[in-house]
Amino acid sequence: MSAEAAVADAGHAADHDGGHDPHATTTGLSHTKLAMWVFLGSECLLFGGLISTYLLYKTRGNGRTLPTDVFDIPFTSVSSFVLLMSSLTMVLALSAVTRGEEEAGRTWLLATALLGGVFIGGQVYEFTSFVREGVAFTTNPASSAFFTLTGFHGVHVSLGIVMLMSLFVASLKGKLTQRNAETVEIVGLYWHFVDIVWIFIFTVIYLIPAD
Amino acid sequence: MSDTTVSEHTEPAADRHDEHAPDEHDEGHDHPSDWAYVKIAVVLAVVTGLEVFTYFETVLDWGAFLVPSLIFMMIVKFYLVVTWFMHLRFDSKLFGRMFTAGLILAVGVYLVTLTVFEFWV
Repeated sequence: MSAEAAVADAGHAADHDGGHDPHATTTGLSHTKLAMWVFLGSECLLFGGLISTYLLYKTRGNGRTLPTDVFDIPFTSVSSFVLLMSSLTMVLALSAVTRGEEEAGRTWLLATALLGGVFIGGQVYEFTSFVREGVAFTTNPASSAFFTLTGFHGVHVSLGIVMLMSLFVASLKGKLTQRNAETVEIVGLYWHFVDIVWIFIFTVIYLIPAD
Repeated sequence: MSDTTVSEHTEPAADRHDEHAPDEHDEGHDHPSDWAYVKIAVVLAVVTGLEVFTYFETVLDWGAFLVPSLIFMMIVKFYLVVTWFMHLRFDSKLFGRMFTAGLILAVGVYLVTLTVFEFWV
């Protein structure tokens, strides 16, 4: 089954699973949405572990260059701003689809995916420049923890972009309508979560001084 | 950009008398307008600007207030995204409980972990 067909099916399933009929489930709530919230709660543990590991290792350079020595805060600030604004375009996409404005929804979905792409491009550039400056994945415990944390986040953003593009294609085929707006909402929850994880990373890893 | 509210996909919680329904004093059960989202985004952008401003110590030395200020601004941004963009402010409290359960568990577990490894020393 293609990705966009799966997205459309998920939307229809949500319809039957209480997306628009609160009496259809035991809780009176959409189980799909509830499952996404539970998943996001569990993701807090994943990223909490990665952030804690970095905090414990951030000064362990084994005599070699630390990630904090090569941070480019102005550049990362722009990336952070881009990701933050993608949350706005995401919520505007949901708003448009919910109102039945499919074309506007499609445009905002594409804008969100593009902003996510810009963020990922920035991360690739950052990683490349770090390696050029002598901070690679295996350079020291600090760099391993840094690349693992930011790399995991980057993978999450990339998966989000895939989901957004699936929604975009489904919308182009007329399979994303007001009826299955909940599908957009669920992808949106995931996207906003990725954003709030970066809010943590940007402050705790980049902005708070290492010592 | 439309300024209309969006409410078609929200549950008619007030009619359900459901224990998971939002409080009666919540701002109705409609989602906010697009304009409200834009205003929240502007606040987020300003707070991010302030965060970045702290990096330039030559302009203003925040001293001992630096870390508490950064943590406070981070929490403000987190709260705004979760409550407005993720709609926890308007949705059933059960969703929020599921998320905060994971969040509180993570914060607790990793604060203990950091303490055990003498991170604060």
